[in-house]
Amino acid sequence: MAIWRALVGGMRALTHRRSTDQDLADEIQDYFDRSAAEHERGGLPSHAARRAALVAGGNMTVVHEQVRSSGWEDVVETFFADVRYSLRRLARARGFTFVAVLTLGLGIGAAAVIFSAIHPILIEALPYPNADRLASLMDADVNGNPSAVAFGSFHEIAERSRSFEYLALSDVWQPALTAPGVEPERLQAQQVTADYFRTLGVEPFAGRNFEAADDRPRGPRVAILSYGLLARRFGGDRGIVGRSVTLDGVEYTVIGVMPASFENVPLPAAEVWSTEQYQPNAPFLTREWGHHSTMFGRLRAGVSLSQAQAELVRLGDAPTPEFPRPTWAPLKNGLTVHTLQDDVTRTMRPALFALGGAVCLLLLIACVNIANLSLARAAQRRGEFAMRSALGAGGWRLVRQLLTESLVLSVMGGAAGLLLAAPGVRALVALAPDALPRVHAIHLDGAALWFAAGLTTIVGVLVGLIPALDVARREPQTTLQSFSTRTVGGRRATRSVLVVAEVSLALMLLVGAGLLMRSVRRLLSTAPGFDPTSVVSLQVEEVGARFRAAGCHMTCLDSMRNQYFMRVLDAVRGMPGVVSAAFTSQLPLSGDLDGYGAQTELDVGKPSDHGSALRYVVSPDYFTTMRIPLRRGRLLSDTDRRDGDEAVVVSESFARSYFGSNNPIGQHVRFGPETAALSAGGAPHPWDVVVGVVADVKQASLASTDADAFYVVDGRWQWMDNVQSLVVRTRGDAAVLVPALKRAIWSVDANEPITRIATMEGLVAASAAQQRFALAIFGAFAAIALVLAAVGIYGVLSGSVTERVRELGVRSALGAAPSDILALVLRQGLVLAIAGVVIGLAGAAMATGALQSLLYGVTPLDPTTYVGVAVVLVVVAVVACAGPALRAAHVDVMEAMRAD
Amino acid sequence: MDQQPNTDVIPGTLDLLILKTLSLQPMHGFGIARRVEQVSRGVFKVNPGSLLTALQRLERAGWLDSEWRISDNSRRAKYYSLTRAGRKQLDSETEDWTRRAGAVARLLKAEG
Repeated sequence: MAIWRALVGGMRALTHRRSTDQDLADEIQDYFDRSAAEHERGGLPSHAARRAALVAGGNMTVVHEQVRSSGWEDVVETFFADVRYSLRRLARARGFTFVAVLTLGLGIGAAAVIFSAIHPILIEALPYPNADRLASLMDADVNGNPSAVAFGSFHEIAERSRSFEYLALSDVWQPALTAPGVEPERLQAQQVTADYFRTLGVEPFAGRNFEAADDRPRGPRVAILSYGLLARRFGGDRGIVGRSVTLDGVEYTVIGVMPASFENVPLPAAEVWSTEQYQPNAPFLTREWGHHSTMFGRLRAGVSLSQAQAELVRLGDAPTPEFPRPTWAPLKNGLTVHTLQDDVTRTMRPALFALGGAVCLLLLIACVNIANLSLARAAQRRGEFAMRSALGAGGWRLVRQLLTESLVLSVMGGAAGLLLAAPGVRALVALAPDALPRVHAIHLDGAALWFAAGLTTIVGVLVGLIPALDVARREPQTTLQSFSTRTVGGRRATRSVLVVAEVSLALMLLVGAGLLMRSVRRLLSTAPGFDPTSVVSLQVEEVGARFRAAGCHMTCLDSMRNQYFMRVLDAVRGMPGVVSAAFTSQLPLSGDLDGYGAQTELDVGKPSDHGSALRYVVSPDYFTTMRIPLRRGRLLSDTDRRDGDEAVVVSESFARSYFGSNNPIGQHVRFGPETAALSAGGAPHPWDVVVGVVADVKQASLASTDADAFYVVDGRWQWMDNVQSLVVRTRGDAAVLVPALKRAIWSVDANEPITRIATMEGLVAASAAQQRFALAIFGAFAAIALVLAAVGIYGVLSGSVTERVRELGVRSALGAAPSDILALVLRQGLVLAIAGVVIGLAGAAMATGALQSLLYGVTPLDPTTYVGVAVVLVVVAVVACAGPALRAAHVDVMEAMRAD
Repeated sequence: MDQQPNTDVIPGTLDLLILKTLSLQPMHGFGIARRVEQVSRGVFKVNPGSLLTALQRLERAGWLDSEWRISDNSRRAKYYSLTRAGRKQLDSETEDWTRRAGAVARLLKAEG
């Protein structure tokens, strides 16, 4: 209550300053009038009575000030007065203000942009209830490398483990959504076990969740849609629940729609979910035992990650007869558990940390630069401070004034920063590589604004502190005495230290950018193993519904499929501008990764120590279309499609790791399910025969090591892939041909979706996306840092030349040639620059280890980069010194002597 | 310079003196100062700076009300009066003061 009245009284005083002042003046006047009147009644003449009243009561103005300054509002008023004063000062120093606001704006804006990316990905919990209990589970292959999980293992763990409230499995699914009269569309989707959404802790907002009954073999075909798909394809009508949609030619009943706010972190692009319908306790030779699923779990409340891990190891080491395990899924040491957040952010974490470090460096440079500029200004304002000091402003009052001024400056910088951050965040999202998780959660939200505001305050205080302490340190007396600009001293030393700091920070950023640039260059100059120029690829799918509807069996379906792809190939080959065309089951650098175990005749009876080999089922023309060089033997041909030995072409690295120094041609091999049949005790599959060896091709990324790979002609693999990539070598620009290619494919069947249209050159470029992303940001930061460092050097030298005009004049009067003076000033600048470079090189050597995982083909201590960057910085420093040095060399002696 | 008797108000008692003075009747600032001086027979002299500051503080604390009246020479004069809260505050401060002053007096007597 009392506080409230004090607040109201103070607010009234603030908002009605004029009338409260008048009231107070009236009251004081009344007091003195009455005092005088009393003296007059005591017999004094009127003027003497007035004087007596004043003697007794004191100076009326002082009384006024005393009363006025007693309330809390006075502090606020002083602050506002300081702010007004600062604004006037800054408005007068336009050049300084512009540079300072721009510098701070760049620093704070960049920090806000990086923060808004780091916050949702690394700091904020995933958008699920009790997200810290969400875990991701991985299996390991025979070599101990992380691998996907097989349903069989999932089933055993789900039955036996007690650590998890829910466990779920998911597989990526790309069904074609077809409807009469609409262009067929390939959707991103997931097939999941019944508890998938319960594990995440999110329920559909319309309809119902999956139940166990939906997830049994030959169960009902049911689907849950994303809100986005509902809005995009079904007009947002939630009456869709209960109706059916056609996916891959099969009717699915829509049972639910996920809320608009639902973010599917494991596969952000997914728009449809259906059930896996795996068979528990399935025989080994089924897809239930293939390592292709992703596994998630929700820990029970109170169970820690390490407890869960310990339980999984225990279960893995103690098989039971109830749950038999095949040799390729032994659950040795159980499954590995990570938090879901760690799992989804793992690939991008190094890049984000590196960017966080880079933006800290940039912000530091900006602060140092402003502190430097402020110091230079403080030098010019010495007279002003001395005057105010002499007029009674205490040291603290001056410090407060300076701090207010730098706060005003940083608030302006912060505002400019937010203006710059808005397009900055959009640019970052646009640049973001596909691996960046939660990219839709990246925006300038409340957290980013608070961050920027906090940062602005800290920067304001830090930047203001240096000149403020500088002023507070100086006795007003000595300052007044040494009013002239002849004396320099401590302030220049401080400024020199700041410039050295600035140069060294800029150098660290430049080294980072340089290393990334060389990595990207190395990556892009890595031979992918094929010739990407003038090749375009389209993913073509055969939905197969009509064949199935005709009561077709598996083998007949496969031959129908084969016919479809053949007809597409014929249609495309006949087009003008097409040199050659072929199909492949997986396309290099596209994200496809399809591997199978392999066994050679030499290996029989020995435990396999190889990882999986990449499987390419291709048309015979694939090698010539992609220009994959043949190393030994022969390529696949049309005759390999017909009966006889199954011919296989392997990659050089396959030949090396399986056959060593033996001649690979004529060797016998078996792959994946063929070996499985053998180990399960079935009839042995006949051996395939190696007929040729081709060059290694980069499949996962340009940075990946060469993987073992084998090529089989289409029609000879155990099944026909229904999704294949068409690769087309064209004359001239490949992209131009895309519309015509689509027409040609649809001329065979207008109901088949076409997706993932990309030139191979585009895929090669995208393979370096993460490095390019980091490079783009590092490069921008480094460029800004370089400019700021140059401005810093220029500023210090320029100020120093102004301060030393008289000395320089004396020197030239005593016979120093202009070149001597030029050298003098240049040397001063270069000493600063070189000191900064040396410190910066040491700093970079310590810090660039953080970039390690982003680098390719260069070490963090790459000498070329370090030397190059040092040279660049020294050259920039010389350029920055040139202006002041030339000015110094041409100082007019007479003018200089007259300067004071 | 001869030693002048200290006429400063005992620190912390100005509020009590103002509240007591206003408990008799509403009064303007000069009236309060004059009355404190008269009743204390010149032992205490109140200077206008401290007085008006205290009045502003007491008013904001809710112990005083004020109103503007037109004085004889047709100038504005601010009159203060005690609020109910002010009266309560006066009672508790009076009791507090009496208790403490009594204690000091007893101590001094025992010493003598």
